[in-house]
Parts: sequence; C-alpha cells; structure tokens
Amino acid sequence: MAQPRVIVVGAGPAGTRCAETLVAAGLRPVVIDEGRRDGGQIYRRQPEGFTRPYRALYGTEAGRAAAVHETFDRLKEKIDYRPETLVWNIAGDEVHTVSGTTARSLAFDALILCTGATDRLMPVKGWHLAGAYSLGGAQVALKSQACSIGHRVVFLGSGPLLYLVASQYLKAGATVAAVLDTSPFSLRVGALPKLAAQPGVLWNGLMLALALKRAGVAVHTGVTPLEIEGTPEDGVTGVVFQDIRGRRHQVACDAAALGYHLRPETQLADLARCGFAFDERTRQWLPIRDEDGRSSVPGVYLAGDGAHILGARAAEDAGRLAALAALKDTGLPVDAGELARLRQGMAGYARFAQGLAEAFPWPAEQAARLPDDAIVCRCEAISAGELRRVVRDMDAREANRAKAFSRVGMGRCQGRYCGHAGAEVIAAAAGVPVREVGRLRGQAPVKPLPAAIEEETP
Amino acid sequence: MTGRFVRLAETGRAELTIHVDGAPIRALAGDTLMVALLTAGTHLRASEFGDGRRAGFCLMGACQDCWVWTEDGERLRACSTQPVDGMRISTRQPEATWPNLA
Repeated sequence: MAQPRVIVVGAGPAGTRCAETLVAAGLRPVVIDEGRRDGGQIYRRQPEGFTRPYRALYGTEAGRAAAVHETFDRLKEKIDYRPETLVWNIAGDEVHTVSGTTARSLAFDALILCTGATDRLMPVKGWHLAGAYSLGGAQVALKSQACSIGHRVVFLGSGPLLYLVASQYLKAGATVAAVLDTSPFSLRVGALPKLAAQPGVLWNGLMLALALKRAGVAVHTGVTPLEIEGTPEDGVTGVVFQDIRGRRHQVACDAAALGYHLRPETQLADLARCGFAFDERTRQWLPIRDEDGRSSVPGVYLAGDGAHILGARAAEDAGRLAALAALKDTGLPVDAGELARLRQGMAGYARFAQGLAEAFPWPAEQAARLPDDAIVCRCEAISAGELRRVVRDMDAREANRAKAFSRVGMGRCQGRYCGHAGAEVIAAAAGVPVREVGRLRGQAPVKPLPAAIEEETP
Repeated sequence: MTGRFVRLAETGRAELTIHVDGAPIRALAGDTLMVALLTAGTHLRASEFGDGRRAGFCLMGACQDCWVWTEDGERLRACSTQPVDGMRISTRQPEATWPNLA
C-alpha cells in the first residue's frame, strides 16, 4: 500500500515532535519551514559560527531546546525537509509553496499545521516610530543575533514573555530602562491556583521578576500606556505612561519592546477552510480543534501555538498528538497508552494557560481609549480616528467591511499586528461586543511574494 | 547615536563590507541584513505613507516593515536576508510613493 502523503508545516517544537512521531510510525513526511534553520521562534537557533552556549540562549529551557534541535538533526535524513520555504496558499488537497523564486504544488492526504505564533499587539500612540519593536522581535535580536534593539530599552505590555525577554536583556548586558506591565499585580494572586498547574514554570516566572527588581530595574504593574514619544526622523525618545495610582511618568529610551502575549498564525488554517470559534477568555477567534488536534476539515490537523497559545512545552505534546491523530485516521496503528498520557498532559497546560490569561489580561479597554490621532495600522499609517469614522459614517461594524473602507488590516502585515486591536476599536465605536465584529479573513498569498516566480514543472 | 542596535556578544566573527546608499558599512558573517544596517545606522527605509522612518518591527518575517532594495531594484526582507560581501543596498523604494491622503 502506498504510504499516506503527510505534510507538516513548521519546524518548531510542535512540528519537530510531529515529524518524529510520523517517522517512528514508518512514514517519510514532508516538513516545510520558512526558517533558514529549524527550531521555530522560541527555540530559534543562532547562525552557524556563533558560540554562545544553550544555557545563555534559552535559560531554564536550555535542555528542552537542545533536545528538540537534536531530534530534528537526527530526523533530517528521514524526512523531506524544505527550509526557507513559504506555504502561501492551500487549495483543496494541495499546498502551494515558494522557495526563492521557485513555486511548487504538493498534494497531501494529511496536512498538519504547526505554524506557531507572533506577538499580540495593542497599539499605543507612537508605536509606528523607528525603535518600537514587537517583544518577540526584541528576543529574536538577542537570541539569534546577539544584539539589543537599542541603547536603553523599555519593555511595555503584559504576559510572561515581557519579564522573560527583559531579564534576558539584562543578563546579556543590555540596559533595561523599565518594565511596564498593564496588568495589576492583584490579578496574579487570584490566578495562582490555575498557575500552580505548572509549578516549575510558575517558579521560573517568579525568579525572573525577582531578578529584575534586584538589579534595580523599574518594574511597574497596572500601568496605562499613554505614548511612545519620538520624531519621524530619529525615532523613539521615550515612553509616557500612567501608573496604577494615576500619576504620569516619562521614561527616556531609544527603543521599546511591545507585546501582550502571543497570537496564533492561523492564516493557513483559514485558507484550508477550517472553522473558527470565538474564545471569550482571550477575546479572539481560534481555529476549532478536537483534543487531539483535528480541525473541522477532515485530513487537516492543528498543533502548537499556531492553533492555541499553550507554550512551547505543550507544543511538543500537541505535535505528537496531532501526528497520532493523523496516523489513526489513515488507518495506521497508534499506541493507546501514549495517546491517553498526552491528552492528560494537555489538560494541565490548558489550565495553566487559563491562569496566565487571567493574570495578564489582554487590555481591550485601551483600544477604546486610543486617541484619534494614534496609528492603528502601522503598515499604512491609518489612525484610530479614521477607523472610527468608517464605523460611524459607513456603518462598517464588521471587521472585513471596516477593512475595505479604512484599509486597516489590508497592508503588508495583512492584519497580523493591527487585527485584534482594530476589532476592539470597531467594537467600542459601534457599541457592540467584539465577537460581533468578527475576524479578518485570511488571504492568499499569506505573505507578499516576489514578482518573478517560476512554477516548477515535475 | 551611530547605530540603533547594540552588539552585546559574538563580535569575533569575520568581517564583510556592504554598501548602503553608496556608502560602505561593516557587517559580520552571520548577521542579518537588518542587523548590519541597524548597527551602522538608525533606519531601514522611509514609510511610503509619509509618517517617517522605519526600522523594522517583528524580526521574524511576519510584518514586512523591514523591506530594503538592491541597487537593481530587487526587494529584500532585511530581517531574513543575509548580507553578502560587496552587496549594494538601497534604503529608498524604487517604485513611486504616494502621500496618505486620509
């Protein structure tokens, strides 16, 4: 019998464990990844010739990062690995890829999307200035290139990654001007029972916050961001915020790292016509999946932070689970004990993620407070006032309609960084729940393609 | 301020030279084009919507804010392109730009 054609998209922790499980079952999956090297973003590998040890790059997660990398190295000969390759569309049972200027189509029986996440952003006035970066981007600069994004860096946002990246910067010798967290400390106490589902991770987080305080870094919780100051020519010069007691502060800096947790990269799931459901806790639309990672479309599976943000540890198990689901659905034998063990583990990760969402909530109310002259869409410099105008004057209360009139979400990032906040601005202006605003539809190509592409003929 | 990014480690790598808007800059083997440009300068391009200079945002190929061009007009994503010795980069968009009329 011919082997089922299985395609895995992504070579981070989920994609690596997924491919490993498929190979162990005797298959030779195609693994397509945009990165030059495997590892994904969280376990991103530094370029050849760099010498920092794993402990310096990945801290408490060094062992896990090394294990994922070693597994992928061993797999390379047993899989059809296609690095630096973008899946830009999915149509029927084919994925469309481009690598350099060569386009290809590949048919699949099972498609497992391990597409990972990007930063979830809430705009603040001035976030379009040079020197404002996503928090994940700030981490990539350090991890992959041994650079700080500036001479004095403010970390602004919420979530565990805020403290992690700030402490990584501190440790590497960068100047951390301040850590500004929009979540009040009191919420963390309330979320403790859920956070205790992963005591080791909770402990690591507490140690990070403590290390920052011990180093004398100003850490403010419960802040309201007011403005990133600067000039169009020279970029960021400071961050202005209001503290929990309503006092106004200004911190001088030449760089700001911004992020409020992560958001899954769901464009490919969308193009594969997977169903989505609104998640009230995090106020976003997520692809529907069963406990093993089956999407609503037969033969399409979702794993890791590309489907639901549960973190890198959970992503490894979600990758294994999705592979087992695909094997089972194609009629191959799977180990029932392994399946049960993985499912049980996922419940713990989900509980911890609920705790994080309660401790570090998405600050939806900030969207309503954004001044009219603040830019919502960085790509095309479209202001909150313009987005509110199309809601008011054109009755554009639905995300895609508002996008058509305002162009918020239509620029080069395709709504990745403005989409969630844009929906909150629309909801507040229209006076409707954000769920009713809907979500921006994924569009092919999911990223801009070069003009000169040649289709490879087999 | 000479550069926007600050190198904190891994500085013992081989050097190479690239040209940005006609002027030579020093890069290190293994740099991304973005790091090479932003350790030597402060921005990558000007926004085509008139709101000022841009220096990238996500560093992971998702936002497309870090586009620069070769002198032949080829568009490059600076965060995921590696510089090659002698490469000639332009921070000025070769296509026509237009103001944001909104």
